[in-house]
Amino acid sequence: MAKRLSEEELLKKYENVGSVQSSGGGPGGPGPGGPGGGPGRGPKGEDDMKKPSQTGDTIKRLAHYIAGNKKWLALVAVCLLGYSGATLAASYLLRPILNTLVDSSMTMWSRLTYLGEMIGVMAAVYAVAVVCNYLQSRIMLSISQSALQKLRNDLFEKLEHLPVRYYDQNSNGDLMSRFTNDVDTIGELLNSTLVQLVSGVISIVGTLCIMLYTNWILTIITIISIPIIAKLGGTIASRSRKYYTQQQAALGAVNGYVEEMVTGQKVVKVFGHEETAKDEFGTLSDALQKRQMSAQFLSACMGPVMGNFSQLTYAITATVGAVLCITSGFDIGGLTIFVNYSRQFSRPINELSQQMNTIFSALAGAERVFTVLDEEPEQLKPMDVNADGTPIQPLPGEIPPEDAPKPYTGEPMQGYVRLTNVTFGYKPEKTILKEINCYAKPGQKIAFVGSTGAGKTTITNLINRFYEVNQGCITIDGIDVRNYPLDVLRKNIAMVLQDTHLFTGTVMENIRYGRPDATDEEVIEAAKLASADSFIQRLSDGYDTMLEGDGANLSQGQRQLLNIARAAVTTAPILILDEATSSVDTRTERHIEIGLDNLMANRTTFVIAHRLSTVRNSHAIMVLEHGEIIERGTHDELLAMGGRYYNLYTGKAELS
Amino acid sequence: MKQEGYWKYIKPYLSAFIIGPILMLVEVVGEVVMPKLFAVMNNTVVSYNANRLSAADANATIVGNGLLMAGMAVLMFIGGTGGAYFSVRASSKFACDLRKDVFNHIQNFSFENIDKFSTGSLVTRTTNDITQLQNFVSMILRMALRAPGMMIGGIIMALMTNAKLALIVLCMVPILAIAIALMLWFSFPLFQKMQTKLDNLNTKIQENLTNVRVVKSFVREDYETDKFKESNKDLKDSTMAAMKIMIATMPVMTLAMNVTTLAIVWFGGKRVVSGDMTVGDLTAFITYITQILSSLMMLSMIIMNASRAMASSKRIRAVLNEEVTLTDENGSEDLKVEHGSVEFKDVCFRYYKNTDAWVLDHISFSAKPGETVGIIGSTGCGKTTLVSMIPRLYDPDEGEILVDGKNVKDYKFTNLRDGVGMVLQKNVLFSGSIEENLRWGNEDATDEEIRQVAKVAQADKFIDSFDDGYGMELGQGGVNVSGGQKQRLCIARALLKNPKIIILDDSTSAVDTATEANIRYYFANDLKDTTKLIIAQRIGSVMEADKIIVLDEGRIVGEGKHEELLKTCVAYREIYASQMENRKEA
Repeated sequence: MAKRLSEEELLKKYENVGSVQSSGGGPGGPGPGGPGGGPGRGPKGEDDMKKPSQTGDTIKRLAHYIAGNKKWLALVAVCLLGYSGATLAASYLLRPILNTLVDSSMTMWSRLTYLGEMIGVMAAVYAVAVVCNYLQSRIMLSISQSALQKLRNDLFEKLEHLPVRYYDQNSNGDLMSRFTNDVDTIGELLNSTLVQLVSGVISIVGTLCIMLYTNWILTIITIISIPIIAKLGGTIASRSRKYYTQQQAALGAVNGYVEEMVTGQKVVKVFGHEETAKDEFGTLSDALQKRQMSAQFLSACMGPVMGNFSQLTYAITATVGAVLCITSGFDIGGLTIFVNYSRQFSRPINELSQQMNTIFSALAGAERVFTVLDEEPEQLKPMDVNADGTPIQPLPGEIPPEDAPKPYTGEPMQGYVRLTNVTFGYKPEKTILKEINCYAKPGQKIAFVGSTGAGKTTITNLINRFYEVNQGCITIDGIDVRNYPLDVLRKNIAMVLQDTHLFTGTVMENIRYGRPDATDEEVIEAAKLASADSFIQRLSDGYDTMLEGDGANLSQGQRQLLNIARAAVTTAPILILDEATSSVDTRTERHIEIGLDNLMANRTTFVIAHRLSTVRNSHAIMVLEHGEIIERGTHDELLAMGGRYYNLYTGKAELS
Repeated sequence: MKQEGYWKYIKPYLSAFIIGPILMLVEVVGEVVMPKLFAVMNNTVVSYNANRLSAADANATIVGNGLLMAGMAVLMFIGGTGGAYFSVRASSKFACDLRKDVFNHIQNFSFENIDKFSTGSLVTRTTNDITQLQNFVSMILRMALRAPGMMIGGIIMALMTNAKLALIVLCMVPILAIAIALMLWFSFPLFQKMQTKLDNLNTKIQENLTNVRVVKSFVREDYETDKFKESNKDLKDSTMAAMKIMIATMPVMTLAMNVTTLAIVWFGGKRVVSGDMTVGDLTAFITYITQILSSLMMLSMIIMNASRAMASSKRIRAVLNEEVTLTDENGSEDLKVEHGSVEFKDVCFRYYKNTDAWVLDHISFSAKPGETVGIIGSTGCGKTTLVSMIPRLYDPDEGEILVDGKNVKDYKFTNLRDGVGMVLQKNVLFSGSIEENLRWGNEDATDEEIRQVAKVAQADKFIDSFDDGYGMELGQGGVNVSGGQKQRLCIARALLKNPKIIILDDSTSAVDTATEANIRYYFANDLKDTTKLIIAQRIGSVMEADKIIVLDEGRIVGEGKHEELLKTCVAYREIYASQMENRKEA
């Protein structure tokens, strides 16, 4: 079994792998919008229509972003009206001109005079149109760009203040795509579609009025064609929408496949898997091509079908109109402008139907953006203090009265951390930590050891309130962590995490991240403490070396040292080291041990380490298993106990 | 618009590439002829009004022309949809072949090649950039003949209708063309600048998403937000700068169109009054102006998109033109790894050719078939680099590496890598079940063999504890197994290849010592003939090796058995001390 996978299987397997769904794939993408017509993004579909109330809300909120300056918006509206009106009027002016030109009852001179006058009028009307057009675009550009800027700022600010839980539950790729793809579609809507929509409606209504005024019989012929065009467009659109969904899925699969194979390139090479990869990719690529073919052909048809249908209407109105001229004295100028109008008339309809897709995807995008904006941010202020000013009570779970938390007073933190009956689960139905009780006095070093998934990191996540306890309470200096303003709490806890994340910037900037007002000397001091100074000196520009792409040019161990330095530069009384030296070799670790000891000297430290040698000199070691502390004591006590810790330390037990 | 080198992807679909645009021309012809037919109708009405025609004759002419117009519309419909079909076919096939080639080329990349691009950029190049190019090709196929066709057709018809009036149009077109060209010329660099700003912004977002815990634990949210706002403002400003020029296009076009129309109406009107021109011709003329100008607009749009496609094309070509720095061209098909001896002869290596310091500095050592060689040393001393050279993930800058006494460059990649199993420090599992992942080692392995290697790697017990056993689906990158389990799966995967040489690059760091000891036991007993190179942090992992190599800053500072090294090698003693002291205290 498990030989080569079929096309279907491959598509299915990788459809959900790609983290960043490609935004591409639009048919003819930049649909040629001009009067030449042409396939744009056709699809519109009923299935996309959200519940009206929700869509209404989304529109209202979007409107809020551009409504910032009502005066300018009003000016845009005036300009739009002016432009559309002037364009319609200019076309209509041809009627008297043409009629006069062929009016044999007038003298040649008076006809020419009239022509001259009318051209003056036309010039004025044209001038109005051009000025309005430019003004409208220029103002709209400012409005839409400001709106986008504000939307991005809001989104980013929101993201910065979302709880860690949100990040753990949503993939970065998806969030990223809200910033790029979704905001882009909204941008497209604001930049051009919105104006086209409004001006389209204005010119449809205006044209219809003038057409009716000019000749009602011909108008009826034209109007009859509208539902046919709409129906035709709708059918094509809903079909192609279906294929588009499939195409996007295939594109996602291709994306996911490339991502996995390129990320795992070393493994691919080591296993000589290149040929299989090429084969599988070929299959996926072919599948994508087939789906693109169906989707894009349909949408590419949209232009010719709709465009040429209006050509047919053109032919019919022209013929009927001309016959009317002969039989019932319809004027020739009227015929000309009517035919022009009927061509103009189909254009906005055509354009609007092509814009539908943009509108729908922009609305969908806006909804996705607003969903993020609606997320509950982290509570920065201390959590609700009871009405009488007493601190909030610990959640259910027995807390001895003498341990009841005190309110936050604003005194500097000492670092006396206490966990009382703490119970927690990321999901309510799955408890990770059960009734954890422990404390650390200022300056003490407490270690957590245990299997992956035993809940070691979870405890630290609760102390700095990345997550909130379900039951029990955590106090620092006797004050519930929920009573601290969040920034005060976190500024007092320095963390060195397992995943070593650095920022684009110089080494100096990266270390200073821990405390923005640290002097260069203090930064270097911290680097020395973390034994990072010597390798930093050897970098091409020393402390000014630019780190890019999450510090790709440093080894894993070196990055960990920088992380330690970043924590060392802070003055926080509490320090959390979560597998902080796992990629540093034992000899280097010994070198930095002295530094680490200095670092930990006056701080309450929580250490999570896989390598048991690093926790040996802790004041207390907690052995965690399945969310419970099963053993606790000093290294020697635990060894003497001959239990789990002893087995782990001597290598007799499995730590997985 | 195409650069050389795309011919390869066009050639197989040449017919579609040609038929598409030709069918599109049908539409153009129709659009050009239609106004002329209408002009005939118009003139018929005028003639009738002047009593030069009977009503019946006039109606007959009009209906005849009307039918002609309707027939034309049907033809245009066929041409349009047919053109669409062939254009989409041609462009999607083109893109499909190109995509495969790019991916295949990436598969042949050495790490030096890959390091030049980033993973993310390789993914976008294979997907987004190719889609961009595909959209462009599809647009070109539908527009390339259409826009100029409409312009030329319009000009010809205008000339035919009235040569003198057409002169006005002929004057206007170049002026307009120059105006558009100027606008594009000024806006292009601005658009490029905008793209850079956008990239900056995206980097910032990406960084903040991955680093969220760091940002939060140092309470730098506001700082990051301020920095983001700065970048965002930069982006807005540069977008505005570029767009300010672009939005002028439309009014300028309209202005030109209007001025021309006015001129035509004036001069044409005078002619109509003096009887030198019919009113039908005048209206047809006005229609042609609209057509010519809109085709110009289409052209400017094509050019605008072309710049975007060019950028993508450049990025794709960069991948395709990237010379693969590691090839097995000189390898011999017949040479296979049979015994598993390894020898390094004076090997020197550095990642960046412009730096002075060697990452590996004159390394020489050898391992006989079946031997176990431990490699130990501090962070960044070159252990991983050293073993990566055996399956030729990198080539040495100086010296040579021999496997079975033959230079590794004499082997084909497949044969060499079949013989060398390597478990990487950074473990990667792929989407799919455990079994599918293990089968990377050997697609044809029997269930029996799979179980056997799982046992050697001490993975059998935990796999059996899963509900789906070997069929359990691993999340992307194997997120649903623990670090230690992942490492053991990776060992099993490598063992399934049944290699002559196996390399473990710190691959048991997350495995507890007891399990590790078991793995060592099975390695010693089940893999007697396999040469084992083991990189480890813990001395305990390599203590029993036939030979231990101690690396320090790219140099071998000690080589020998555990006991010998304890006596002779200072660095080794230090490492030993750092690890054993703890135990003694205990």
